[in-house]
Amino acid sequence: MSENYVSKNSSNSHPFLCVENLGYQIDEIKLLSDISFEISAGERVAIFGPSGAGKSTLIRLLNRLDEPSDGTVYLEGQDYRQIPPRKLRRRLGMVMQQPNLFPGTVGENIRFGPQAQGKLLEDEKIEALLSSVDLEGFADREVSKLSGGEAQRVNLARTLANQPEVLLLDEPTSSLDQDSRQEVEQTIMAILQSRGVTCILVSHDRDQVQRLSDRVLLLEDGRLKADGSTREILNA
Amino acid sequence: MLSQWIENQVLLGAAQAAITLLAALLVMVLTIRLNLGLKKDILIGLGRGLVQIVGVGFLLTIIFSADLWVSLPIILAMITAAGFITVQRIKAIPNALWISLAGITAGAGSVILIMTLLGVIRQDLTSVIPIGSMMVYGAMNANTLMLERFFSELASHAGQVEAGLALGASPEQVVVPYARRAVTAALIPRINGLQSLGIVWIPGAMSGMLLSGENPAYAGFYQFVVSGSIFVTVGITVLISIVLVRKQVFSPAEQLLIRSEEKA
Repeated sequence: MSENYVSKNSSNSHPFLCVENLGYQIDEIKLLSDISFEISAGERVAIFGPSGAGKSTLIRLLNRLDEPSDGTVYLEGQDYRQIPPRKLRRRLGMVMQQPNLFPGTVGENIRFGPQAQGKLLEDEKIEALLSSVDLEGFADREVSKLSGGEAQRVNLARTLANQPEVLLLDEPTSSLDQDSRQEVEQTIMAILQSRGVTCILVSHDRDQVQRLSDRVLLLEDGRLKADGSTREILNA
Repeated sequence: MLSQWIENQVLLGAAQAAITLLAALLVMVLTIRLNLGLKKDILIGLGRGLVQIVGVGFLLTIIFSADLWVSLPIILAMITAAGFITVQRIKAIPNALWISLAGITAGAGSVILIMTLLGVIRQDLTSVIPIGSMMVYGAMNANTLMLERFFSELASHAGQVEAGLALGASPEQVVVPYARRAVTAALIPRINGLQSLGIVWIPGAMSGMLLSGENPAYAGFYQFVVSGSIFVTVGITVLISIVLVRKQVFSPAEQLLIRSEEKA
């Protein structure tokens, strides 16, 4: 069932992430069908489409928060079902639409991921992560006192604390007001530029897709309708 | 007053039950007036309660002098019934019946057995069955409360649970705050019960002993034994159940199986 992607390809130059015939259905309703694409390391790809197209479903499958009904995903040639879920989720760090911060301080939230694997994140590292999301000095602040934009930036820093190889961003600004949206987007842009991390962004905001991605996967009714450069797809 | 007119004790009991039933039906009429939608539940509760408890009364009359081992199938039947009653309230949790049976058997079963072997519960049917039933009942209520609370906590915090999973935490790690709240919710009524013992209420066991002329000081000690044993039963039951249920709400690939409104 879970053969190695490398074994199917004689070449060693397998793609960083390969999605193969991915499908998902729930209660007989098909939410995604036959999705296939490849992503190279360092790429910035947007999954774009109208609401209800299956964008969030797809990104949840990439993080394996749900189980695909068909197909699978290969990460550096390895079927992701062979990778222990916790390890996979640390490698493919997900930032959800809602911050979903845990009650407590900002610092406690940022420590959570490393702590779950028994590592203690030093205060300096927490401060460095907070600095990367423009929240210096926020470590001791209660998360209940944060604005929406601040909470989403803490969410981003919390994901970065695991040092993921891929950032999965699920509509990271859609729950925010206009000002906060800009702040968070700028933070994301700065992180992508400074870290060169591979990024998969889900968004229904055409302008945001234009600013944050080089390539677009256009999703409609649970199917991949187009795959090309951002300019090509958005101007089509 | 009734006892002056009716000499037969069973008939006297039936007449007293009829008066109580009448009062309970008046409460039901009030709930109908207030549109609370409880009519069916109240009728089933009153009907079942009356038939079941009188049935047990007759059963005890018949087996009054039977051997102690007869209490074993009776207690097991009570535990089984408690498991099924729990599941009626928590259909959404996979394997809730087995979890409940395991928790209640471990909690109530072990305490009844140890207390009986030690002679803390008098080794005869008329002691083991009623005191055992109190433990099974306590275990059932605590187990239901715990499972219901655990499920609703997870459903309303599905976003945080999945955020934890997405950060590479294990299911056991992400459910800690919700499991803690569920266990606390189940234990608090029992802790309150212990704290208010003798001040706010004098429970049935002690009342019965006082009515039958036992030494009040001994009745006090014995009531503490019963209440303390029920606390131990409840504690073991909910701790076993929470350990078992934690795994049930996640798939083998550590995905949350409960679909909340925000996830649907």
